[in-house]
Formats: sequence, C-alpha cells, structure tokens
Amino acid sequence: MRFERREHRPAALVIATPVIAVIAALAVAGVLIAFAGAPVLTAYWKILTGAFGSRLSTTETLTRAAPLMLTGLAAAIAFRARLWNIGAEGQFYFGAIAVAAASAHLFGGLPSLLQIPILFVVGAIAGMVLLLFPLWLRLRFSVDEVVTTLLLNFVAILFVSMLIDGVLKDPTAFGWPQSEAVADAARLPKLLARSRLHIGLAIAVVLALVVHFVQSRTVFGLQSRAAGLNPAGAGFAGVPLARTLVIVAMMSGGLAGLAGAIEVMGVKGYVTTDLSPGYGYSGIVVAMLANLNPLGVVLAALFTAIMFVGADGMSRSMGIPTYIADVTVALSLISMLIAVFFTQYRISR
Amino acid sequence: MSEAVLEISGVSKRFGTNLANDNISLSLAKGEIVALLGENGAGKTTLMSILFGHYVPDTGKVSVMGEDLPPGKPRAAIRAGIGMVHQHFSLAPNLTVLENVMTGTESLWSLASNVSAARKKLMAISGRFGLRVDPDARLGDLSVGEQQRVEILKALYNDARILVLDEPTAVLTNIEAEKLFSTLKDMARQGLSLIFISHKLDEVMATADRIVVLRGGKLVAERKAADTSKAELAELMVGRAVHRPVRDAATPGETVLEAVGVTVRQDGVDRLKAVDFHLRAGEVLGIIGVSGNGQTVLAQLLSGTAQRSAGDLVLYGHGIGDLTVAEAVEAGIGRIPEDRNREGAIGEMAIWENAVLERIQRFSRHGLVDRRAGIAFAKKIIEGFDVRGGTPVSRIRLLSGGNMQKLILGRNLIERPRILLAAQPARGLDEGAVAAVHERILEARRAGTAVLLISEDLEEVMALADRIQAIVGGRLSPPVKAEDVDARRLGLMMAGEWEKEQVAHAV
Repeated sequence: MRFERREHRPAALVIATPVIAVIAALAVAGVLIAFAGAPVLTAYWKILTGAFGSRLSTTETLTRAAPLMLTGLAAAIAFRARLWNIGAEGQFYFGAIAVAAASAHLFGGLPSLLQIPILFVVGAIAGMVLLLFPLWLRLRFSVDEVVTTLLLNFVAILFVSMLIDGVLKDPTAFGWPQSEAVADAARLPKLLARSRLHIGLAIAVVLALVVHFVQSRTVFGLQSRAAGLNPAGAGFAGVPLARTLVIVAMMSGGLAGLAGAIEVMGVKGYVTTDLSPGYGYSGIVVAMLANLNPLGVVLAALFTAIMFVGADGMSRSMGIPTYIADVTVALSLISMLIAVFFTQYRISR
Repeated sequence: MSEAVLEISGVSKRFGTNLANDNISLSLAKGEIVALLGENGAGKTTLMSILFGHYVPDTGKVSVMGEDLPPGKPRAAIRAGIGMVHQHFSLAPNLTVLENVMTGTESLWSLASNVSAARKKLMAISGRFGLRVDPDARLGDLSVGEQQRVEILKALYNDARILVLDEPTAVLTNIEAEKLFSTLKDMARQGLSLIFISHKLDEVMATADRIVVLRGGKLVAERKAADTSKAELAELMVGRAVHRPVRDAATPGETVLEAVGVTVRQDGVDRLKAVDFHLRAGEVLGIIGVSGNGQTVLAQLLSGTAQRSAGDLVLYGHGIGDLTVAEAVEAGIGRIPEDRNREGAIGEMAIWENAVLERIQRFSRHGLVDRRAGIAFAKKIIEGFDVRGGTPVSRIRLLSGGNMQKLILGRNLIERPRILLAAQPARGLDEGAVAAVHERILEARRAGTAVLLISEDLEEVMALADRIQAIVGGRLSPPVKAEDVDARRLGLMMAGEWEKEQVAHAV
C-alpha cells in the first residue's frame, strides 16, 4: 500500500472534507463522553443549546467567535507564506495594552468616530511591532521564527503584567492588577442592545472577505503564495522575497493586535492577564481547521466558539468536565489534518 | 554467456488506464551489464520497482538464480542479492558514511552494534571495487558523486550480486560519470551483474554489453552494444527517426550585450573573475564547462538574481547599473534557468500563473491580477509551443520535464526577446524533447535573438553555438569560432588549457 498524489482535487471532496472531519471528531469525542458516564446524544444536544439555546448564549458564542476569527486570519495569512507566526497570543496582548494606554493617556478626549479608528490602528501597529522583530532576526540572521515568536508570547504577557501592576495600573480597582480603562468614547457600539455582542464580529467578517480578496485577486496575493510555495522559484521570477514577508508579517501581526484591541474596546474595557483564554493559540487551530482559507476561518472560528461556549453549558447541566470542548476541538484538528491529507493523496496498491 | 542470474518473465503492470509495463521479459547473465534505455515514461522505473518489490505486478514473475521472488517484498529482493541505487539517494545526510551503510542491516533489538566488524567489511568492499570514501565523513558534507558511491557501497554491503542503478548519471558531472562507468565495468569483471537505466545514448553505447529498449511500456528491441549504433537506438527509443537540428551559417548583427571585466563575489569568494564576453544579435554564444565552475553565477548575473562587484555591463550600447529581475525581463532578456523544478516553475501553482509571474506588471492593473489575460497568454504558449499534458489552469507540476521546459521556453520566446539566456536547456530531457528545445533556440537565433547558451554537453554546444568560450574556475577563455575547434580542443579548453596555448601563440 502506498500513497499517491492526486492529480485533481474534486470540488465535492474539498467541501465535504471539513464536514467529514468534524463528524469523525464528534464520534470519537462521543466515546469519551460515554466514558464520563453521560448519554452521548443528550450531551451533544446540550452543547448545541448551550451555544444557541437562548439569546444570551447565542450572543455570547458570537462574541467569542470574533477574536478567534481575527487570530485565525493572522495565522492563516502568515502560514500561507510559510511565515510560522506562533506569537499571536503575545501580539494580542500588545494590541490590547497599547489601546488601553493610548485611550487612557493620549486620545481619551476624542469623539468615538475619531477615537475608535485611531485605536484600531494603534492596536494593529503594536501587534505588527512584536512580529517584525522576530522577522528581522530571521531575515538577518536566519533565526527560526517558530522559536522566537513562541517565546515572545511569554515576554509580552509578562511585560503587560508588569505594566498593569505598575505605570498603567488602574488606581480605582482596589489594588487588582488591571489596567486603566479605555475612555467611554472608545467602547465599541453594540450589534445587539443589552448583550455583549459588539461590532467586532462584523469587522472580523469584513476583514476575512478583504483578506480573501487580497489573496485571490491581487498581485501581492499571487506573489506571497509563490514565495511560500517555492522561494527560489519566486525569487527567480522577480518576487521581492523580503518585502513580501515584511508585508505578510505586518498583516498577520496587525490582525492579532487588532484582535486584542477589539476585545478590550468591545468587551472588557480594560486589560487583565486573563483577557485572552488562549485566543492566539486557538487562532492557529482555527487557521488549520480552515485549511488556511480566509473564508473558512470564519466558519472554523464559529465552530470553535460553539464548542467552547456550548461545552460550558453542557458541563454545568450534566456534570461532565468542560475539557471535553478542548478535546473535541483538538480531535477536529487532527481529523481535519488527516482529511486534508486525503484530499491531496489517494491510497493505491 | 553463462546462465541467467536474473529472469523477468511476462511482467505487466497497469496504473488506471495506463499500461506502464506490457508483458516484458528480460534476463541478465553473471558479469553482464544491461542498459535499460527508454524515454521518460517508457516504463523503466516501473519495471525496476517491480523487480525490487516496490510494486506488485499484475501478471508475470521475477526469479533470481532460478528461484521465484515473492511479489511486493523488498526485503526478499534484498535477501536474494538485488541492490538498488536510486536516482534520489535514500541516505540520511546527518549520519556518517558508515552509519548510513549500516542502517537497516542490524536488528532493532540487538543490544550492541558491531561497528568495528562493519567498518572492516565496508573497507574491504571499498578497496575491492576502488570505491574510495571516508567512512567517518558526514554524508551531508560529501559531493553528489561521493554520495552516490555510498549508495552503491550500501547495496554491496548488503551482499548484492545484482545491482540496479536508476539514471545514475543524472546528477553527476561528466568526469564523475566517466569514473562511475569505469567502476561499473570493473564490478562486472568481478562477477556482479548490473542493470542501469538511462536515456543517454552515449553512456549506454560506451558501457553496456546489451541494450534493452523500452517504449510506451513495451520491450521494443534488444541489441548487443557491438551490433548497433546511436542512430538506431535513438530511432528505437523515440519510435521515429529523430534528428537534433544543427545550426546553419550565421549572420550576426550588432552587439547587444557586452561584459567587460565582470567579477561577482558571493560569500567572500569570487565566483566569476573578470570575465569578458559579448553577445551579438542572431548569434549563439556557447559557454562550455564542467558544472560547478561559475556557470550558475553567470546565469544569475544575466537573470538579475546576482549582482556584480566589479566590471561593466553594456546593454544595447548603454552601460547599466545593477540588473534586477524586473529590469531584465523588461529589457527583453528571456531567461531559462538551469534548474527548472527549483527556479523555473512553482509546482503547486497553475500553468497560467507560472507563465505570467515574472511579467506580472503586464498582466495586472492597479495591483489586481488580470486572470483572463493570463489564461489567454498561457493558452497561446501551450498551442504555439506544443505543450502537452495540461490546460492553463492545471498545476504545472503535472507536466513532464520536456513539456515544462517547452512552457518555460514559450513564456520567454513568445515575446520575441532580444536576448535569450539558456542555462543547461536540455538537461534531463529525452531525445524528442531535446530536439524540440534545440529547434526553438535556433529559430530564435534566426529571428535575430542573441543567445547565450550555457551547457556542459559538448555535442549540444557544437551543434548550436557559433562562438564558444570555456568556463573554468570562474574565468572565461577567449572566444573561438565553432568551425575552428573539435571535441579534443574543446576538452582541453574545459580543462583550462587555453592560457598555455595563448602563450605558445604569443611566442
């Protein structure tokens, strides 16, 4: 038995792949739920109602999906150009703290219409800066960015922790380590009144469309794809490799920084070190689940958010650990990677 | 001839609708060298994979010394004494030579590995066949030729009596190839039997006792080397008479490109040393040399991917600064890279994307790719240059080497370039494709293109070039007229003998 590369990928197969992968993952997770002593179908039903059963849970799921979409896009863009940005978590926090500082100390007096876009830019730039440094190390000294971006996550989070316990500490927070709050004018408008759902979701979806357009239609999209697939060939064809990587890094870091900015401005209003439940790392999973397709990222982020929010509801009502959500998402990733493999290869004798 | 050590009888293998091997029978005697000759896709590699147990044949069987081999069992093939030297070596670059040779020979469960015995055995084999290699060298530090020697040693270490070599010279320089063939002959004299796969007529004629020609999965002919000729083999292999085209008289026009004292320094080493040459419209300048003497850098210089550190480049009568890829393409320099899979094409991208990538500015507006124009451009190339096996939207990886090269030629020549840089344009192609590529180059020359042909194939350079310069250690000889030289003189030039000759003339 051996694997042969498929010459053509049927469209039906490409669409069916993620569906089959998710079903397979749910089936395996079902075994674990059964082990935990709960009826499997009821448990899945509880996940679904936990995620969509009420207005509150639906808006909560969508609120969770927004930052996942942005960090998912950040990973998808970078990975497609073979820039292994594992640092979205740190870039997320950099974007968040930059926005809090900028709103509290610089732009707090500006009206919403002006302040919000400025803060978006500030957050994105903060994320970019944190990625451009490892990229420079790679281009200049060939330092592997997997290591540098990953380790910078810890540096970034500890740095943020230092700031919110020091110069940016909120004096009115009764000694809790949290940053000063953003100005009221910097709070994002809600998509739905009386919920936490803010316009960040709409922004994320629009950005996914923009990224899809850039990748599929523009010269830059073509060149960055070429640079990722075959750097020597791209260089021979005149693609400016370093410049392409810098732009890719700015887009990737910028999106991760923006995710942090939006989370602060849309949900919490200030920064703590538990602002992100691992959005940066989950973004990698989301990107891989989407097979690096920006439109797929939107769906994969929704799926991941459903699993996380829904599993909370399920565990409350059935007494199963919430870790089942992590397990299910992880299993989906594994089955997705296997399924993607089979869209590219076939078994032959 | 003595009895057959290997017998392949009635082997057929079908992949989908493609009959890769059609009822092939073949025998090999002790001490014999058989060449398996055929174009790419003729079924040579499939047949050898069946022999080695990688594939299970649909019908037929393989027997060694009269005993049938179980199909699909590489281990049984190795135990029966069959050794395979793959075109792409199956060696680990981070291990030493000795470790590579020993890999897979010892049980995973044995507590201690018997390194000293293995070393002794390896050195004995190495001495017996004159395959000199340092057992403690790290494989990744060896040249390709030396790595191949390790691959052969590994097969011999496993007590191979039948050695199969898959296109052994594809990765070697001419000198390394000659050395390899004298080793192979020596091995045959010592009683080993060899099969080597090739599509190069010269080496087949020079080395093999018997030649078996495959075409389209069928065994079409079997000849003793003494009873056949290159012309006959070429015709058998391609299925019709092929003639490599030869240039007619040249009428060179004005000088379009001139290099004066150009030096290129990379990583602290002068890869090109003060070279002088000029290209004239409607003329082919051949640069001949053993690979690794600066050809790559010379090609990069004119492709816009390497910059000179000294000297002048004069393009169309004007001195120019650093040449970028975009400027080179814009200035009408068509470029055929020496490694088409690495530099010439991005395998996972569509044919049309590969066609337009280097001239993307012309196929885009306001930063948006004009997909329709790109597909039309690719279609024009496919039709005009007889590219088979793909549509504009299929991935370029699906094309055979010859068709990929036709596409690369096409994307350059369809624009009627004023200069064509062709680096090793026929390397690795089969006879039919070589003829097609040569024909296109001569056609461009007739249309007034100045061609710089970089090649290590003497025959190719003598057939196409009007003037010839040799490249040795980054230095270029003065040009000679093709009419004034023969193969012997070119061989001397490739060995760097021109300087002595000049001195002799001066005296």
